[in-house]
Amino acid sequence: MATAHSRTAARLMLSPAVILLLLWMIVPLGMTLYFSFLRYNLLMPGMETFVGFENYYYFVNQPAFWSALSNTLILVLGVLCITVIGGILLALLLDQPFWGQGIVRVLVIAPFFVMPTVSALVWKNMFMNPVNGMFAHVAKALGLQPYDFLSHAPLASIILIVAWQWLPFATLILLTALQSLDREQQEAAEMDGAGWMQRFVYLTVPHLTRSITVVILIQTIFLLSVFAEILVTTNGGPGTASTNLTYLVYAQSLLNYDVGGGSAGGIIAVILANIVAIFLMRMIGKNLEA
Amino acid sequence: MARKASNTSKAVVTIAAWSIGFLIFFPILWIIILGFKSEADAIKTPLQVLFSDWTLRSYHDVQERSNYGRHFWNSVILSVGSTVIALAIAIPAAWSMAFVPGRRTKDLLMWMLSTKMMPAVGVLVPMYLLFRDFGLLDSRIGLVGVLTLINLPIVVWMLYTYFKEIPGEILEAARMDGASLKSEILYVLTPMAVPGIASTMLLNIILAWNEAFWTLQLTTSQAAPLTQFIASYSSPEGLFYAKLSAASTMAIAPILILGWFSQKQLVRGLTFGAVK
Repeated sequence: MATAHSRTAARLMLSPAVILLLLWMIVPLGMTLYFSFLRYNLLMPGMETFVGFENYYYFVNQPAFWSALSNTLILVLGVLCITVIGGILLALLLDQPFWGQGIVRVLVIAPFFVMPTVSALVWKNMFMNPVNGMFAHVAKALGLQPYDFLSHAPLASIILIVAWQWLPFATLILLTALQSLDREQQEAAEMDGAGWMQRFVYLTVPHLTRSITVVILIQTIFLLSVFAEILVTTNGGPGTASTNLTYLVYAQSLLNYDVGGGSAGGIIAVILANIVAIFLMRMIGKNLEA
Repeated sequence: MARKASNTSKAVVTIAAWSIGFLIFFPILWIIILGFKSEADAIKTPLQVLFSDWTLRSYHDVQERSNYGRHFWNSVILSVGSTVIALAIAIPAAWSMAFVPGRRTKDLLMWMLSTKMMPAVGVLVPMYLLFRDFGLLDSRIGLVGVLTLINLPIVVWMLYTYFKEIPGEILEAARMDGASLKSEILYVLTPMAVPGIASTMLLNIILAWNEAFWTLQLTTSQAAPLTQFIASYSSPEGLFYAKLSAASTMAIAPILILGWFSQKQLVRGLTFGAVK
């Protein structure tokens, strides 16, 4: 049993982590909130005035905001569709017995370890470049016109790049879940005459539901703040065609020096992420009791 | 059993799995190949690239021209430094939550997790201004601090799930035998926790190495790690495919190798223990 002495010790040991995280959460977020109510431009220091919700009004009413919001959602949904469906199929395939399982597994998860700036640049130059990229070479070999992916379909190209990075994550987690499937239950079902389809629908899918939810929620958290891939490939362009909320806030505050407007955008991004976070926390919280 | 896969079906699965694996890995394979080609060869058609001469020239050029070494060391210092500090803070915290749980331990854990949900861009402006005012822009110390904080929740969580699996009776037995708190942690708990701590460390180094929001925002040259160094290649300056490939290969190789070793623990760490 824990004694009073060890309880005090435990609190002491817990406090550095708690205090640091508390500061990390309160101080910058409080500052963002405060700035979001000021007219504050880095080019005009000392001219800060309180303007209420004006920054929010202007941030939301600029045309770029709505395209950034829809780009953010398209990016998240696009990548989720590719990685979740692809991940399920891939996990089912890799779960079958075949020669060289370990090596293929290693090949498949590799993209997850590639730093975002590298994968973005490699795709941009070596594959999607309309002159020297691999896709252009292949198109020319087939007698087709090379396609300039990043200027004509910037958002779709970024979705492809990001999906390539996250497909391994989905696959790895779903594969782990598949491997914990009860084999005896499967065999029993098979003996009772359940076909492949029935076993898949009534045993595998229910077993995977939880992991799929976890994959979706965790990826959403990360995908809402995709940044490096956009910075390196398109700079949010052409126009605002590939600007997401994260990039818009960056552009507004650090490229246009509009601290007030950028902060208002930051708060909006936090609110958006929190909506997702609440669902994720419920999922993980349930698991704590088990 | 009826499910003993026949050799034909096993062969079909083998071919399918290897093709898909190859396809997914191909971009990485391609930059490894391009890194060993000359700039003039690297932009030719894929077949011409394959059959052109191999050379170490680009690796040489990257080392010579761009201070690759400095950025590499920055990456090492930032990722290892932030991981070690995070572990030092998280081990006692996870220990106390796992072995002396209070009524609010669960809430506390969930709250820690919630700090991880905050999108970085929400605090970009104040962090940038704070860094500017304290002269921390482009300094390694400031960035180590930020990386420590953003990964601290994951580290605490991962350690907590590992510590939870250590039977509490062993610790009680040690206490009965008169072990002090210090020796209990040092001689009883630590040896049993080493595998968990090691994989936590590995995952955290990987995450910190690849972190590409704060490292891009808060550094320019002196403290810039490899993420920033590679991003500097985004403005094209003539022929640079081979050099970019060589630099990229060097930037991802260490983490690729570490990652392959830690793939088993990765799932637990990335899902906060929700999938094991």
